[in-house]
Amino acid sequence: MAFDVTTHAEDGVLTVRLTGELDSRAAHRFNEVIGAVPGGTVNRLVLHLAELVYLSSAGLRCLVFAQQKLGRGTEIVLVGTRPEVAETITMTGFDRSVTMQDPVDS
Amino acid sequence: MTGTLDQLPDRLDDGATQFVSGYPARPGRLLPFGATRVPGGVNFSVYSNNATAMALVLFERGRRDPVAELPFPPDFRVGGVFAMTVFGLDTDRLRYGYRADGEFHPEAGDRFDRTRVLTDPYATVLAGHEEWGTRTAADDPYPYRAALAPDDFDWEGDTPLRLAREDLVIYETHVRGFTRHPSSGVAAPGTYAGLVEKIPYLRELGVNCVELMPVFEFDETDNMRTDPRTGRQLVNYWGYNTVGFFAPKASYAVTGRHGMQVDEFKNMVKRLHRAGIEVMLDVVFNHTAEGNELGPTISFRGLDNRTYYMLTPEGYYYNFSGTGNTLNCNHPVVRGFIVDCLRHWAAEYHIDGFRFDLAAILGRDQHGAPLANPPLLEALAHDPVLRDCKLVAEAWDAGGLYQVGSFPDYCRWSEWNGRYRDTVRRFVKGDPGMAGDLATRLLGSPDLYGRRGPAASINFVTAHDGFTLRDLVSYNDKHNEANGEDNRDGDNGNHSWNHGVEGPTADPDVLRLRARQTRNVLLLLLTSQGVPMLLSGDEVGRTQSGNNNTYCQDTEDNWFDWSLVDTEADLLEFTRLAVALRAAHPALRRARHADGRADGGFFPDVSWHGTRAWTPDWSEHSRLVAALLYDRGDGGADGHDCVYLAANAYWEPLELELPSLPEGWTWRVAADTFADAGHRIHEVGREPELGDQEWARIGPQSVLVLVAGSGGAG
Repeated sequence: MAFDVTTHAEDGVLTVRLTGELDSRAAHRFNEVIGAVPGGTVNRLVLHLAELVYLSSAGLRCLVFAQQKLGRGTEIVLVGTRPEVAETITMTGFDRSVTMQDPVDS
Repeated sequence: MTGTLDQLPDRLDDGATQFVSGYPARPGRLLPFGATRVPGGVNFSVYSNNATAMALVLFERGRRDPVAELPFPPDFRVGGVFAMTVFGLDTDRLRYGYRADGEFHPEAGDRFDRTRVLTDPYATVLAGHEEWGTRTAADDPYPYRAALAPDDFDWEGDTPLRLAREDLVIYETHVRGFTRHPSSGVAAPGTYAGLVEKIPYLRELGVNCVELMPVFEFDETDNMRTDPRTGRQLVNYWGYNTVGFFAPKASYAVTGRHGMQVDEFKNMVKRLHRAGIEVMLDVVFNHTAEGNELGPTISFRGLDNRTYYMLTPEGYYYNFSGTGNTLNCNHPVVRGFIVDCLRHWAAEYHIDGFRFDLAAILGRDQHGAPLANPPLLEALAHDPVLRDCKLVAEAWDAGGLYQVGSFPDYCRWSEWNGRYRDTVRRFVKGDPGMAGDLATRLLGSPDLYGRRGPAASINFVTAHDGFTLRDLVSYNDKHNEANGEDNRDGDNGNHSWNHGVEGPTADPDVLRLRARQTRNVLLLLLTSQGVPMLLSGDEVGRTQSGNNNTYCQDTEDNWFDWSLVDTEADLLEFTRLAVALRAAHPALRRARHADGRADGGFFPDVSWHGTRAWTPDWSEHSRLVAALLYDRGDGGADGHDCVYLAANAYWEPLELELPSLPEGWTWRVAADTFADAGHRIHEVGREPELGDQEWARIGPQSVLVLVAGSGGAG
């Protein structure tokens, strides 16, 4: 599945839908989206990951980059994360920096 | 001035100067060795003194065959170092190796083989063995594929803990075995992440240092034997069989299949540190997984055989490790390799200390002769990056060099004290002639480490190599049939005693005595000067069914059975309280050896007693040792610390006259292994007062610990 990223911003909430594989080849596209966010305008980043099938080491770093770029005050919510992607996030300890939700909660 | 800077051109050395096999490249930086991210590319540097040509072989994740081969042009070589910067590589997908050309001339020490793709000795990630137990496919052109580790982990300010050595309580465990058992209840059994889930257990137990058996990438499938009873394939479970010294074992990471073992490992270290627990790694620099001349060519043998290995004059491998080859540790290049490797683990992984397997080999010269002043050991002792790391030697090797007490230490190295192990075992089982020696061991072995202090002595009674504590009191002899060598493997000198029945029994008298002896050992270990090391599982009576050499068993004999936490709750509680007892009493963990002098307090720092106070019996037949350990603290009113420790290996109880206390002080019972279950040891501060303040009764085959002070309990 080819990587795709779509975004929607409203009332300080940036919603991003990721599709396919987030690896080093896709990472720059995600980073561009995050990098284009004006400072201090987003207090909540919601990542819809139900169609994200693979998260590589470089992909995980995108999430770290997003957290650092948006600041610790920005809540990052991962919605609908598939088990194999969730495992990567949990077992490397990054889950402690984000909120993970089922799709129904969003 | 900023305007001037803006007008400067870009650096001239961050772009390609030529194409090599179609890839933009330029002559690389010679150091550091290995593959390093540089702006726009990756710098590759590899050493070979005797190769006539070298090529960088590029692979991609998910593809079996190489995608390119880049020969190093002549001007990319300086001396014995080949270096090339390649631009535009996707480091997430990149896998790489080397092809070295040169002579195959074993008598001269060279074993070049240009049909092989060789693993970079400095590879920080090895791909290809992410699933435990996967054998290399016969047609795999490159089984252990070097890759680049991410080096941007978010440590959140973590640093190594730098606990004082004498305050450590080490817990030796195995990443896989700790949570592999189905009873562990963790999300990812047998992994670094699984260990993280058990940190609360470790905290509760009170240990403050975990020593992990080998975690460098190793080949667990190198065992060709089978269990004769079941036909089951045996493995190399322990992992003293390193393939990649810079790479964490991928199959110990549940995220290894995503190439994220580095993050998972670092997260484990960060979380342990946050719990106040240091991480010590068991490192194996005495040999590699390449075996002898019949073994596989993975890396070192093909890159520069005669640099990396100790060779006989005929070109065969010296075998001081007992595993086929011996790393040529005091060759200047190999020495640098080892120092670089440990710096990598200290700096990149925040590791707190290292335990060196068969460390006597690290003090041998290139022909195997022991050195008086081994350059490697001196370099490690004084290395600036490693300054705060604990260095612990297993001070012997398989070539007969035994250096307990004489390991070249530079006032820096500690040692696994094998003498401590043997003496405690022999005293506890009732051997004659051990009282005096036990006294010396309890004091931190000043006979061996007088100049170096008690913390030079890593005290242990059991370790991965040998019986578990439960088996030590349950078996007279080893039972290693499952290892497939007709019970010939493993040590025969165990100083063990089954207490009447070999192995499991329902005899209540035998079980009662075993339970007491188990607690005797734990209590002596945790009240001895020096650094105690517990074997994981001994606190809950883990058994290996009498097997004292379980290197090959990936079975329940090696896995921590977490149901024991409930069924052996009394033993676990005893261990926890014994650790707490140690933590509460500075007199038990002195930084300097006690010398029997008073130094202005109420008592000498150590004094010896017997059935009569101040009258020890050091005769051959004596089986009683009683010590009063005293620390005057900072001289303040409440600074005094006073612990009376008695060990009785007789079959009869004894009445012990206690040394007189200062006015207003009372004796309290901290631990008595002869007491009934549930009353053998007490919470610190809740020790009951001793009924008779002048005489204490010690049961047969028991250990008694009293504490004295002016304050009341609680």
